[in-house]
Amino acid sequence: MKEAYFLYVIAGLAMLISFIVNRQKTLRAIEIAAKRFANILPYFLIMLILVSIALFLLPDTFITRYLASDNKFIAVLLASILGSITLMPGFIAFPLAGILLTKGVPYMVLSAFTTTLMMVGVLTYPVEKAYLGVKLTIIRNTISFFIALIVAVMTGIFFGEIFE
Amino acid sequence: MKRKNAIQIAGIAGYVLFLIISFALGFNPGKEIGYNFASFSMDMLKILPGAFILIGLFEVWVKRETVQKHLGEESGIIGYIWAVLLAGTTVGGIYVAFPVAYSLYSKGAKFSNILTYISASAICRIPMAIFEASFLGIKFTIIRLLVSLPLVIVSSMLLGDYLRRRNYKIPAK
Repeated sequence: MKEAYFLYVIAGLAMLISFIVNRQKTLRAIEIAAKRFANILPYFLIMLILVSIALFLLPDTFITRYLASDNKFIAVLLASILGSITLMPGFIAFPLAGILLTKGVPYMVLSAFTTTLMMVGVLTYPVEKAYLGVKLTIIRNTISFFIALIVAVMTGIFFGEIFE
Repeated sequence: MKRKNAIQIAGIAGYVLFLIISFALGFNPGKEIGYNFASFSMDMLKILPGAFILIGLFEVWVKRETVQKHLGEESGIIGYIWAVLLAGTTVGGIYVAFPVAYSLYSKGAKFSNILTYISASAICRIPMAIFEASFLGIKFTIIRLLVSLPLVIVSSMLLGDYLRRRNYKIPAK
């Protein structure tokens, strides 16, 4: 998780500079940060509970089995559904995709899986809803799902997996 | 809302109880769910405090006029460029983008821009794209970015316009 170190270097420096320039404002910033974090925490908790259960019901082996399906188009559809309902960090998802690639899973299937994984969040719904509202959350996720399908088809075309 | 809260609290309590019993009795599925929960919580707890500190600093230091100028109604094409650049440097995942987008919105950024920001932070965070390319090849990543980014921007423009016309309000916090 190098990303996290980078984040804390930036956040630490920003806070230090802010503190030197204006102590009052910095304390207020920390107060805002703590309050907002506390407000959203219950939604994150619900999301984490959903994720922990989903990951148990849909382990890597399950995903591998369904993504390696013979029919590419069914595999794309399954991949985008699995990608939408699961949530995993990139450092697990991409190595998994890399393994699937060596097992002969087409690029377009991996594209459907990773893109929906990143853009569509059934499990992040509790958090997203708290910020964007129910209606916008549903619209955004639906649009994202179709964008992911288009990306998968284009990936298939560019890798010569659709028109052979 | 009271009743909904009660259901949620009951659900969370039931979950916790289930985990405690699972660990006490050595019920493997329950233990596995517990480990999943712990590992995901750790991942998020690593990122969220830092992200919220930056949000707090943003709230006190960045002027409303600045956000309006660069990401507001009159920002034009530059607004989308800012949204994508900001997304490229966002850490964590889409769950970090929501509170950031909320802050931007409450300081006067328009819907199309925050929607672009949210989706772009899902698909084109720079560290993640590099990581992806190392496993699936640079060609895969470039195709994905070149196809998805224009679609994200166009759909955000259309959806943003629609929301503005309908006078959509996002929940106040």
